[in-house]
Amino acid sequence: MLSCYRILDLTDERAFICGKALSDFGAEVIKIEKPGGDPSRFKGTFYHDIPDPEKNLTWFAFNTNKKSITLDIETDEGRAIFQKLVKKADVVLESFAPGYLDKIGLGYEDLYKVNPGIILTSITGFGQEGPYKSFKDPDIVVRALGGLIYTTGYEDRPPLNPGYQHTFIIGAMYAAVGTMIALQHRHLTGLGQHVDASVQQACVVVASAEIEGPYALFGRILSRHGRARGSVTLKDGTIFYNPLLWECKDGDIAFNLLLNQTSVKSNLALMEGIKKDGIDIGFLGQWEWDKKGWKDISPEQAKEVVNILSQFFRKHTKAELLDMAIKNRFQLGPCNDAGDVLNHPQLLARDYWKEIPHPELGASLKYPGGAVKMSGAECGVRRRAPLIGEHNLEIYKKELKLSDNRIRSLQERKVI
Amino acid sequence: MEKKPLEGVKVIQLCWAGVGVYTCNFLSHYGATTIRVETSTYPDPVRVFEPTAPTCKPGEPVGLERSVFYSITHTAPELGMVLNLKQPEAQEIFKKLVVWADVVIEGFPMGVMDKIGLDYEGLKKIKPDIIMLRSCGYGHTGPMATQPGFGSIITAVTMMDTFTGWPDRRPLAPTTYYTDQLVPMYAALSILAALDYRRRTGQGMYIDHSQMESGLNFVTPLILDYEANGRKPALKGNRSDYAAPHGIYPCQGQDRWVAISVDTQEQWESFKKIAGNPAWASEAGFATLSDRLKNNDALDALVAEWTSHLTAEQVMALLQGAGVGAGVVANSRDLDNDLQMNYDNFYRQIDHPYMGKLRFYHPAAIELSRAEADIKMPVLLGQHTDYICKEILGMSQSEIDQLRQKDVFK
Repeated sequence: MLSCYRILDLTDERAFICGKALSDFGAEVIKIEKPGGDPSRFKGTFYHDIPDPEKNLTWFAFNTNKKSITLDIETDEGRAIFQKLVKKADVVLESFAPGYLDKIGLGYEDLYKVNPGIILTSITGFGQEGPYKSFKDPDIVVRALGGLIYTTGYEDRPPLNPGYQHTFIIGAMYAAVGTMIALQHRHLTGLGQHVDASVQQACVVVASAEIEGPYALFGRILSRHGRARGSVTLKDGTIFYNPLLWECKDGDIAFNLLLNQTSVKSNLALMEGIKKDGIDIGFLGQWEWDKKGWKDISPEQAKEVVNILSQFFRKHTKAELLDMAIKNRFQLGPCNDAGDVLNHPQLLARDYWKEIPHPELGASLKYPGGAVKMSGAECGVRRRAPLIGEHNLEIYKKELKLSDNRIRSLQERKVI
Repeated sequence: MEKKPLEGVKVIQLCWAGVGVYTCNFLSHYGATTIRVETSTYPDPVRVFEPTAPTCKPGEPVGLERSVFYSITHTAPELGMVLNLKQPEAQEIFKKLVVWADVVIEGFPMGVMDKIGLDYEGLKKIKPDIIMLRSCGYGHTGPMATQPGFGSIITAVTMMDTFTGWPDRRPLAPTTYYTDQLVPMYAALSILAALDYRRRTGQGMYIDHSQMESGLNFVTPLILDYEANGRKPALKGNRSDYAAPHGIYPCQGQDRWVAISVDTQEQWESFKKIAGNPAWASEAGFATLSDRLKNNDALDALVAEWTSHLTAEQVMALLQGAGVGAGVVANSRDLDNDLQMNYDNFYRQIDHPYMGKLRFYHPAAIELSRAEADIKMPVLLGQHTDYICKEILGMSQSEIDQLRQKDVFK
């Protein structure tokens, strides 16, 4: 769909997904690596745990469909080659510290002079301008300042950052949308522009939905309550933290008990299931589901509800509970792991997983399919991530028409 | 004045809750004309989500215009129309709107639009090059096509509740409705790509957006690690394999914390200097990253001892001043006062007829150098029904009044 657009990708591993998402819709994305391979290839998890830059799993995950050329943009010659590429490109993606590209003569103003239609998309922790622009922006720091860590964790321990560090991905995906908006704009104006994505802002958008209301209206600051997330007010005016995650027989499930009119049918079906197991549902046996809510419940009764549900969930597997949820249209979902999703009946029915050959490994890997299914167009993974400089010849020789001697010389001097 | 990026693009949205609305906002913030169609006979549940702004008049019902969640999600200019689509006359009006529109976005599980013939095939007959995006939890085919899916549930099924926690306790959710804020970006990309494609080819498009399928695109490295190495994410508190110290440390004050990440040897040297070169920091057990990773328990305790004498703001300023990553673990008040967020003018204050003046309306997390995001008050239920009927559909006042009597606009 977007194969008419060429994107030059200078991002680091935290923002690879931006170009990846655009390439899923057909854009030609050329990843520009440092000669010898992108530094990210050397850290993280590896295929069969063999630490080899051609076996890096994060590289695989977020560089599918892309081409790779090696180029040192800090050298004069490298910069000149990059500018040649910019002439024919539509977008440049980058995630350097603010000011770095300006310093090496490749900032937005420099690129604009080469190609006024170019869109430069920058992804950083705190944006291009402002008091934090020179702050170090590791994942945990940006997520903390973005308000997402304070509300996560148990009351008796420090707040928690996810072990899978992925916070930049949120900002990088905003950047992808910003890039598409800028491309639409260019059709009207003929001009490119600078798109500035801030991961801190991205976190605040996520956090706001949950914490902003109580603060704006009542000055109430939400903190962390373990596996409970939402809060409800009980009969005596006390606040009860409504559990979201529950232990079951073989793992965990997510289920938020809603006591309102929209959930009468599913709540009654759940009670039937619980009674069938021989569990005493106590005061809930006489409960008027269509009339009463959390505001009619005492703290003791709230504890009883949690106790009844805990007993029930612990007796059943994730698969059994999912089955029950589907039959009764409950809002319940297993906390799936990779094994669960790879065998998920809905995903299999929709032919979701894409088996992508890795000839160099003598194997293939299953990748998540496209983020959407479209009529008359494909979205998603088409080919494995590129090897280091896999497309050097295609770009340097065939397209830029550099001579073999020149290419060899550039290689010897580690420009490419 | 320069044209806005999506000027001229016409959108109809029938979206509940978060995903569809966040998706539309990208278009509406940047110049698209968007009509929100809804009905009071079956209101968007988000309109009654707690907390709601208190009413000033005694006895006045809370109604459908006071929910903060609705307010925070609807920050883009929209025109509001009420249509009771159970009425045949309302369906006819909707079809006329489809002729006007470029894009239709809806967020119901399979079945709702199909029953009244307003699925893609139905719309295509009215407007051959229409772009229709349908978003639901699990996608619009397969055994779970009709299954509803809140963000809190889709977060769980997309593996997002497996990687946050302590080794001795069950894992936690990293936030409640995570996928509600993650998957709209893919939905918006698909619409923007479809608009671009249509401009070049004249082709419309049907887009089936499964929130589960979009969500899994965020965790691909974990899926590959499982396939290649059989590994599942380990729960390791706030530790990292590539930095030490790396964690959340206590500071002065009630429930105050600071995040610190020392990523390089150079940063470790700076950290030691800022911490006043204490004797422990020069011990052999903390010399290199691999030493520090081995002795993480002791290291964390000593770092915590240092931070606990300072405020989180002090630690952040000291360490960032020396080139070391550190940041206040911000709560809602900190976000409100945050220097960078205020510099960015991220929160805008808007006076709302029912909610009063509130300062939480915000754009998306992007700034474009040639286009400003247009931030507006959330549209009221049916706020522009008459305007749309007259100005867009060319109906007369008497026609409108007649249909109103038949409960078409409800």
